[in-house]
Parts: sequence; structure tokens; C-alpha cells
Amino acid sequence: MEEERYEIRLGGSGGQGIILAAVILAEAAGLHGDNHVCQTQSYGPEARGGKSKAEVVISSREIDYPKVIRMDLFLAMNQASLDAYFYDFKPNGLLVVDATFVKQTPTSRAIAIPFTRIAREQFEQEMVANVVALGALAHLCPRVEEAHLLEAVLARVPPHTQTLNREAFAAGLAAAQKIKLENLPRSIVPDQEEQEI
Amino acid sequence: MSDKKASRENDNQPQSGVNGVGAPQVAASGTAMRVPAREPARSSQNAVPRRRLLQGNEAMVEGALAAGCRFFAGYPITPASEISELMSVRLPRENGTFIQMEDEIASMGAVIGASLAGVKSLTATSGPGFSLMQENLGFACMAEVPCVVVNVMRGGPSTGMPTSPAQGDVMQARWGTHGDHPIIVLSVATVAECFEITVTAFNFAEKYRVPVILLSDEVVAHTRENIVLPESAQLEVVDRIRPSVPPQWYKPYADNSRGVPPMATMGDGYRHHVTGLVHDQSGYPTERSDEVKTQLKRQMRKISSGFGEIQLTRSFMLEDAQVAVIAYGAVARSAKRAVRMARRQGIKAGLLQLVTLFPFPRKAVDQVLRQCKAVIVPEMNFGQISREVKRVNRTCRVFTVNRIDGQLITPAEIFQEISN
Repeated sequence: MEEERYEIRLGGSGGQGIILAAVILAEAAGLHGDNHVCQTQSYGPEARGGKSKAEVVISSREIDYPKVIRMDLFLAMNQASLDAYFYDFKPNGLLVVDATFVKQTPTSRAIAIPFTRIAREQFEQEMVANVVALGALAHLCPRVEEAHLLEAVLARVPPHTQTLNREAFAAGLAAAQKIKLENLPRSIVPDQEEQEI
Repeated sequence: MSDKKASRENDNQPQSGVNGVGAPQVAASGTAMRVPAREPARSSQNAVPRRRLLQGNEAMVEGALAAGCRFFAGYPITPASEISELMSVRLPRENGTFIQMEDEIASMGAVIGASLAGVKSLTATSGPGFSLMQENLGFACMAEVPCVVVNVMRGGPSTGMPTSPAQGDVMQARWGTHGDHPIIVLSVATVAECFEITVTAFNFAEKYRVPVILLSDEVVAHTRENIVLPESAQLEVVDRIRPSVPPQWYKPYADNSRGVPPMATMGDGYRHHVTGLVHDQSGYPTERSDEVKTQLKRQMRKISSGFGEIQLTRSFMLEDAQVAVIAYGAVARSAKRAVRMARRQGIKAGLLQLVTLFPFPRKAVDQVLRQCKAVIVPEMNFGQISREVKRVNRTCRVFTVNRIDGQLITPAEIFQEISN
């Protein structure tokens, strides 16, 4: 039953579009795709600049507990949220970070792509960094189909920004495709420790 | 979610990858609406997509509109604000009325007025606002004005913890206004229920001429889930019965077999008096012993005669259960997972989810207490429903799991108690 749940956490700074990215992921998996989804977020008095966390649980069955129990995928858009929310990881979970802001990762099973720098340099809009990241997740997250995710992005953004967002998505996807996943350590727990376990 | 809680959760988490050994495949009841379909279903009448990703609060708005609610008066408050926000957009489009009032006292007053004028009415608030509504809520009970009051519970008392979930208003929902009074209290655990039970709340309000309190919590209110909104033709919507006699014969509070008198709309020519004082069948104040007894007993009888339909519960894996969890609201979701975890360990556990909290579903709870060796009541308060369970109990051991720190009780915490 544990395998039925695919659990994603997104962390970043308030204003980076973390919650919107989570909503889009949930819509891709649950409306455009054929899954049950549950999306939650940190809810508090924080505003722009504070820590922001959002979670998406995807399952082929009814979802009981709505929040993340053990993460399959963690997208950290800055260092502070990575430090704060790096817990409850499955050993074969995958960490994806925005290399623009994240300088230290607690595991080598991590994929670092400079989402914000790509947004800034290619599109002159840091605002689309979250869509660049979603493009990468389209490749890295096995439970969300690329076409569904793109549909979900385009359904959410204002009409006049469709081309921009489509290109941002493609840029993220291309960056992720360059990464050889098979070269990553297969567990976030170092081999030596894993043997001890 | 704190690191501390997270590590606790991990400690108790059974290893994944056991392929669901020993987990009986029993279908959960009451999830009929959550059937994923690939193509977004669309209503034939309008362009509102039926397949949606909605927050609990948003689903309540959809439920209220589907039930025929066309009036909302409220004062926005965290974590219920989205209900006001969305109502202010949707109601004008449906030829309804949205008013942001100066406070919750006035909000409740406006809701009563609109309902007396014949319109199904809603307000939504959280603990501090719910406290302010109690006086007028009593008036609605006494004058038998149908209405629905949503309380999205947050940490209390007082302004408490505005952004954190809690279940501390359960007893207030039942007994918050003074005097013995009839009232119905329902609770929701999923986004699908936010829609479905809101429709039920309006139906009960209209059918029994009684305020219905709909208890939600911050977790349910702000969780987004994909649901398929049913077509309006599929929904059972109940409207109040209006008088069929000529206006001069109308007795607004006359008894009948159901104990629910027909309700005239103000302005329709059925002139009648509405008061919070104990009244006779014509609606005028009385202190005559026989009239007082008749009126107040009828108000209680109308609810007790509907117990069979009002007391809603949902059973999960209870058939052969020896240990049961009795839960409601967001905690019922954690409990359901805890039951699944226990089943994988070979423990015969089950869940009784209370949808109706009051009138307390004594019959269903009693049956579980007779069947099981132990019952666990987890809730995000110091133990409000567990006390009701203990009141019904005769022989069973009743354990509680309580959290009042603004965090949702985890499946692992409930599982721990089941294993003990």
C-alpha cells in the first residue's frame, strides 16, 4: 500500500510560486491525469520572503492522510527551505534543488538545476522560475505525465503569458533531460550506513 | 509539521514494501463522488467544469449553491475566509445576495432575517466569530429558522491560534447558546464531504426548521482534492414546506405529526409573529404551563423523531473489528490510515467516522462499544467527543489521543494507541 502513494514536497521562499506550483502539479495529476490527489500547504502569517512549503500526495487509490508521510520527491527552491523541510525522506527519494540559491545539499542523491538563473537569463523574468522547475519535474517525477503537466501550467497562467510559460517549461525539461539519473547514488542513505541498517 | 513530530512519525512507521499483506480490501463508504475520469466532465446547463481541484472551503460554497443557498452574510475570519471570498463572487451571478456585515452578531441576524424572508441562508466563521453568533443562534433555534452556520475550527480559546487546526468547538456547537435547545451538528473530513455534507446540512435545516452547525477544521478547509461535482439533477435537495391553508387560518407554530410546522415566507400575506420568547402556536409570547410544555417538547421531538436519518456515521473495516477508532473531521483521515496500518500488522481494527456529532449517534457508537474490546477516540482537543463516548459506554475500555498544539494527529500516533 505504501507504494500507492507518491509524495512530493515543494519548499522555497514566499513569492517564488511554491504553492501555485503545487496546485499545478495536483491539477496535472488529478484533473488531466487519472489519479487521486491531495494538496496541502504551510498556512501561517508568513508573507513574501518567509519560508513556504507545499505538499502533493498522488495515489491511484483514495487518499486517507492528506499530508506527506515519507517523501518521494523534494523540490527545494532555496537553502532555508531545504534545511527546514529535509525530513521524512524515502531512501530512494529524489532531491531536486534550485542551484541558483542552494549551495549545500544534505545528500548526494540530489539534482541541482539553476531554475532561477535560467528564468533570469533566458526569459528575463525570475517569476517563471517555478514553471522552469515544473518542466524539470515533468521529466523527474514518474507519476505526472509531461503532457498533463504542460496542460495544467497553460490552464493556470494568464493567456498573454502562454508562450513565455511554454518556453520556460521546455527549458526546465531540457535541463533535466541532460542529467543522467543512473549516475546518482541509489539511496539518500550512504551505502556504508545502509549496510548498518 | 514540526521536525519533532516528523521523527516521531518515522519511529512508528512500518517499513514500506510489504505489499499490503493482511490488509483486507474493504471499500470505503461514502466516496462515491471521487471517481476519477479522464475527461473533465462538464455540466450541460452551464460551463462550470464538474471535475475540479478544490479546497474544502471552496467545495462548501459549491455545496451550498447546489443546495439552493442564495444568501450569505458574514465577517471574514481565518481559516474560513475563502468561503466569504468565493460567495462574494458566486452569489451575485446566481441572483443571490452577499453581504459583508460589521461583525458576526449582525451576520447571524442577517442570516435569520433572510431565511424568514424565504431564502436559504449561510454564514461561515471560526471560533471567535462563532462565540459572537451564539445569542442569535439561540433565537434561530427558538423561532425555528432554518440556516446553516459553518465553523472552520482553529486553535482556541479566544483568538487562540488563527492558522492552526483544532476541534475545540464541538461542545460549543452543541451547547454554545443558552437553554435546552434543538440543534444539529455535522462534521466533514474530506473535500468531497465538504460538498456533500453541506447539501445535507441545508436539507436538514429546511426539513426540521433548525439551525445546522457544520464543523470543519483548518486541515479540511485548506486541503485541495480532486472531486467530481454531481449534476444538480442527481442531488436530493429539500425545501421547507410552506403553508397550504388560507393566511387567516395559518398557525406558524402548530403541531403536526412530524412536529415541524409549515413555514410561511415573510411578505407572502401570512402575517405572523416571530419571537425569542416562548410562544404559543400562533407565535405570541406565553407563560402558560401547558403551552410552554407543548412548544418546547415539540421542538425536541422534531429532532428525536428524525434520529434515524440525522445520525450519520461511516464505517470502515468494522465488520470483524476488535479495536475501533471513533473519529471525526481531519482526524478521521489519520485514523483511517492507522486502521490500515494495524490491519497490515494483523490487528483487527476498524473506524467509525462520526459525520453527525449531535444529536450524538448513540446507536452506532453503542454497537461498536459492545463489539470491541477497546475503543480509541483521537481528537484535536482535550477530549470532548470522548466524553460523549464514555457516557454511552458500559463495558468497553475507552482510550483517548489528544493534541492541542495546532498539529493534526498523525496516523502513527493513533496506530501506536491501537497496538497498545
